[in-house]
Amino acid sequence: MDFNDTKDEANFRDEVNSWLSANADKKEHAKDIYRPAEMSGENDSGESNALKDAKAWQAKKYDAGWACLHWPKDYGGRDASPMERVIWGQEESKFKVPGGFFEIGQGMAGPVLMLYATEEQKKRYLPPMAKGEEIWCQLFSEPGAGSDLAGIKTKAELDGDTWTINGQKVWTSGAHYSDFGIIVTRSDFSAPKHKGLTYFFLDMKSPGVEVRPIRQITGGANFNEVYFTDVKIPDSQRLGEIGDGWKVSLTTLMNERLAVGDASGVDFQEIFELAKDQDFNGDAAISNGAVREKLADWYCEQSGLKYTKMRNISALSQGSTPGPEASITKIVSANKLQDIANYGMDLMDNASIARDEETAIFQGSLLGAPLIRIAGGTDEVLKNIIAEQVLGMPQDIRVDKNVPFNEIPTGSKN
Amino acid sequence: MNFNFSEDQLLMKEEVKKLLDKENSVKRNRNILEGEEKFDKELWNQLVQMGLTATTIPEEYGGIGMGFLELCVIAEELGRGIAPVPFSSSVYLATTAILNSSNEDIKKEFLPKLASGEIIGTFAHSEKATFPSESGISVAAKSGKITGKKVAVPDGDIANFALVSATSGKNKIGLYIVDLSADGVEIDTLETFDPSRSHADISFKNTPAQELSADAWEDIEKLLDQSAVLFAFEQVGGAEAAMNQAKDYAMGRYAFGRAIASFQAIKHKVADMYISLQLARSNCYYGAWALSNDAPELPTAAATARVSATKAFYECSKENIQTHGGMGATWEFDCHLFYRRARLLSSNIGSQGIWKDKLITSLEKSNSPT
Repeated sequence: MDFNDTKDEANFRDEVNSWLSANADKKEHAKDIYRPAEMSGENDSGESNALKDAKAWQAKKYDAGWACLHWPKDYGGRDASPMERVIWGQEESKFKVPGGFFEIGQGMAGPVLMLYATEEQKKRYLPPMAKGEEIWCQLFSEPGAGSDLAGIKTKAELDGDTWTINGQKVWTSGAHYSDFGIIVTRSDFSAPKHKGLTYFFLDMKSPGVEVRPIRQITGGANFNEVYFTDVKIPDSQRLGEIGDGWKVSLTTLMNERLAVGDASGVDFQEIFELAKDQDFNGDAAISNGAVREKLADWYCEQSGLKYTKMRNISALSQGSTPGPEASITKIVSANKLQDIANYGMDLMDNASIARDEETAIFQGSLLGAPLIRIAGGTDEVLKNIIAEQVLGMPQDIRVDKNVPFNEIPTGSKN
Repeated sequence: MNFNFSEDQLLMKEEVKKLLDKENSVKRNRNILEGEEKFDKELWNQLVQMGLTATTIPEEYGGIGMGFLELCVIAEELGRGIAPVPFSSSVYLATTAILNSSNEDIKKEFLPKLASGEIIGTFAHSEKATFPSESGISVAAKSGKITGKKVAVPDGDIANFALVSATSGKNKIGLYIVDLSADGVEIDTLETFDPSRSHADISFKNTPAQELSADAWEDIEKLLDQSAVLFAFEQVGGAEAAMNQAKDYAMGRYAFGRAIASFQAIKHKVADMYISLQLARSNCYYGAWALSNDAPELPTAAATARVSATKAFYECSKENIQTHGGMGATWEFDCHLFYRRARLLSSNIGSQGIWKDKLITSLEKSNSPT
């Protein structure tokens, strides 16, 4: 039992490190983050600068062969092993570098294109995706279909070799700066719900695509509603067979769950430091038994996730497939984030109300946590996945199975 | 990197599991719980014959010279089988304490007999309701004799000898080896909520005692950290068994015309068990790494493993009963055997509050918790 690199791993880590050291600044503290240039005006959240910087960094990596390491070289990757990809990630996280725009494309759209697109399409779309030149979004959820994704109603009709799309998507991260999107639609309303779906990719600048931002409870607007009015998609951009869209969607979702990792925001370190600094009944909060018990619980969760990840990396290093243990990551980290944020504000008492340097991260985490508990599979959906796919328990009985989609009842909230 | 047990260690784990399955150790737990015997001698002898009591003892002392990692996998299986044997007292605690010591004479005298199962040892530490702090020890050693009382000593009425914490003068706590058949020893078997593991109060009156160390508080803390990792593996084994019982029962139990395992209320319950079990297991692996490398991180790693494993076994064993419904709360079903064992293991070597406090203390000391 050890944490040591093999000789090859150590060599690769050195190679990664020397390139990173020559091209980026190392973090001084683990919590250092890359900060883009100042916001340019009152209505600018700083996103355009961040995007510009992220694209420049991604292109630099691409040119040196460090983008999408595990992809084939022909499509802009490096043919790296899963373990090499992990090592890259571990090392890159020690540097102050921008990111946060390419994950959906590279993590979800890329793998689907690799499985279902033509060779010509792969050569056209994958390298710019790897380079960060073209950004992709994922158009799945709808107002009436979230956890029950197969309940989507966006309509696709085929005429000759062109499809016409009408409908609405929602919770689309980054649609406002995306060049392309992957979309699942309903091509047959009389087939049972999982059978009538068809999957495409499309140009987000197509006529009839309208993107409207959704303001979240954090005040930010990373998500969008996307409206489709007579949008044309050539049949050549269909991924998978007509009516096979559910199967293609599952490939994407599997990758989504791998892509969504730890929740960012306050964690054990922040609440631990706060408890040491904060006064509680005339003494440091950390000397209070009740506070210590809470801290211990969160430390155990944080540590449990860390070493669960290590067990998975170890499996990769040993050349085997990681087990399903990582399925617990988002559930545990998102709930921990919410509870730590809430408890931190409790410890700060009245001082937690005003927004200042110390309270901001707790307030931001408190407001951001509900989104994380929902995005990429709600707590409840993830528990179903653990029960069904990890533990082999039966699916819930589904009253809408094998019923033509247009005969399935809908409620007033759909 | 290989953050896992080796193939040989996993093979050993499988062998121990096979033995405990074949011997139906859960049924044996019930027999001890319901009967007059204090532990299952037949099962104990089989574990001894398999060499398990000799695991960590070097060959020069009659052992087989393996390490703590092997002991971790054994502990997990003993937990899965809720085995009614004094293994934790004799192996995790007494054997480890003597192995830690630099007293060659004592090693030569005791280790071969512990390895061969000829003698059973235990650790007598608590003196009242709370787990002892350094100032809470009143059993006193003087001129080779000890006097005082230890309470709820695990296997106190089974063991041939006990390691006893006692004041050695000058405000120091020492560790002493006491032959429990010696003069001045009075042993009272306790009526407990889990008679599958026997406990006794032990009084000493001018009882002859061999000194292992006269200044042993740090040794005792270390011994507790080491054994905490092993207890945690035992708890993880029990937790996994309870989770699997819940799942299996839910798959076969039908209500409202369907397996109750198809209801989200049950699925989410079992998923919650799985989550707490995986967190505990991963923390235990880190504990095993720290234990086997005698790493400076041991106090943190041990407390983390212990706290999360205690939580996992409690949650899995109580929700296993809940998943079974009324039958789960009957004497006839095995659920309560795991529920009792979960509670008992939480109390041995210090309760959850003690270990949470230890964890935060060690993080405060190390000053770099993440």
